Amino acid sequence: MADARPLAPHPRALTARAAGYVGCRTCGKATALPATICPRCGSALHSRFPLSLQRVLAWLLVGLMAYVPANVLPMLVTTTLGRATPNTIVGGVIELVRYGEWEIALIVFAASVIIPVSKFFVIFYLVWSIRRRARLDVHARIVLYDIVEFIGRWSMVDVFVVAILTALVHIGFIAAINPGPAAIFFATSVAFTMLSAQALDPRLIWDGADHGADTPVANPNG
Amino acid sequence: MAADRAPGEALLACPTCDVLYAEIPVPEGGRLRCRRCGTVLMTNRAGAIDRTLAASFASLILLVAALFFPFLELSIAGVTRKASLLDAALAFADTLIAPLSIATTLLIIVLPMIRALAVAYTLLPLRLGRPPAEGARRAFRLAARLRPWAMAEVFIIGVIVALVKIAGLASVTLGPAFWAMTALVLLVVIEAVSLDEWSIWQTLDRWPHTPAR
Repeated sequence: MADARPLAPHPRALTARAAGYVGCRTCGKATALPATICPRCGSALHSRFPLSLQRVLAWLLVGLMAYVPANVLPMLVTTTLGRATPNTIVGGVIELVRYGEWEIALIVFAASVIIPVSKFFVIFYLVWSIRRRARLDVHARIVLYDIVEFIGRWSMVDVFVVAILTALVHIGFIAAINPGPAAIFFATSVAFTMLSAQALDPRLIWDGADHGADTPVANPNG
Repeated sequence: MAADRAPGEALLACPTCDVLYAEIPVPEGGRLRCRRCGTVLMTNRAGAIDRTLAASFASLILLVAALFFPFLELSIAGVTRKASLLDAALAFADTLIAPLSIATTLLIIVLPMIRALAVAYTLLPLRLGRPPAEGARRAFRLAARLRPWAMAEVFIIGVIVALVKIAGLASVTLGPAFWAMTALVLLVVIEAVSLDEWSIWQTLDRWPHTPAR
C-alpha cells in the first residue's frame, strides 16, 4: 500500500482550498477556483458544503422528532384468534428474548435502538466539535464520521421485518400481522438521520486540525 | 500558490480532508491513500470494468427474477399463503401508512435496479472500446449518489429476522426469489469491492464532453 504524492512537503499538508482549488467530492478532481461545476463529472463544486452544519442539525432534529413516536406507538399489531396485541419496537425485542432468540433480539435492538441513539449523540458531538473548532483527536472524529455514514442505513432492518410479516402473515381469523403507525415514523427517522450524516462535510473536521498551528500530520502507513 | 502548478497537470483533492495531490498513473492492483487521513484516493483494480459490469448485469437478472418467482410461503394449520417480493414491498399499501410502501418499493427494488442499470450504461461502451454513451457522466454520478439508498442487503437481514419471529408460529418455505435476493447481496459486495470509481472517471474524462450538467 502506497501513499499518494502530496504537493507540499511532509508534514505541512497543502489543502486544495489553501491553494486556490476546489475538490470534487464525487470524482476527486481538483479545479481552480472560482469553478462551480466539476469539469470531469458535472457535480456541483463546493470548497466546503454550504451551511453544512445548519443542514446537519435541521435533519437531525426532524429525525429526533420522528424517533419519539417511533418508539412510543406500536410497530406491529399481531392478531391471533381475534385477539390483537400491539407491540412497540422495544416490546418486539423483549418478546424475542422471551422466546430465547438472543442473537436475533440483539440484531433488532442494535439496529433499532443502539445505532439510532448513538447516531444522534455522535452527529451532535461532531457538529459541536466543529463549531468550537475543538482541537480534539481528528482521526478519532473521522472514524466516528465514517461509522455514522456507513451504519445508518442498517437501521432500516425493522421496517423491512414489519413489511415481510405483514405481507406473509394474513391467515384469515387464525393469525394476522398488521403494521403500526410507528413503522412510518421509524422509517422517516432513519431517512432523516441518513440525510443529516450526508450533509456533514468531513473537510470541516480537518479544518480544525489545520487551524491548530503545528498539528502533526499522522501517516496511517507508518 | 496556484500559479506554480503546471497548467495541464491533473490535480486531485482528498474528499475527506482536502489535501491536494497530483494525479499519477497507478500500477495495476495499486492503491494510493491520502497521506494525512488514509482515504483511498487512486486505484487501479485488475479487471475492474469486467467484474463491475458482470455484477451489474447479474444483479439486474436476479432482481427481475426475484420479482416474478415466489419469495416465501407460509403454512399454518393447513392453510398456505405465498408472498412475492412485490407483496413484501407493497405490504403497507392498504393500511393507514400506505406512503411507506412507496419507500420500501424504492429501497428494495427500484433503486437497486436503477443503480445496476446506470453502472451498466456507463461501463458497457467503455468495455466495448467505444466512446461513453450520451449522459454517461450523469448516470455514473447517479449510481454513486444512490448507493446508500439501495438497501437489498439490509432487506435480506430483515427477512431473516422475520423468519425467526414466525418460526414458532408456522412453517415457512423459502422460494427461488429468496435465494435470488441472497445472491444479490453477494453481488452488491462484489460490486463494491471491484468498482474502480477514480479510474472510471478518468476514462470518461478522456472523451470530449460539454461540462454542462
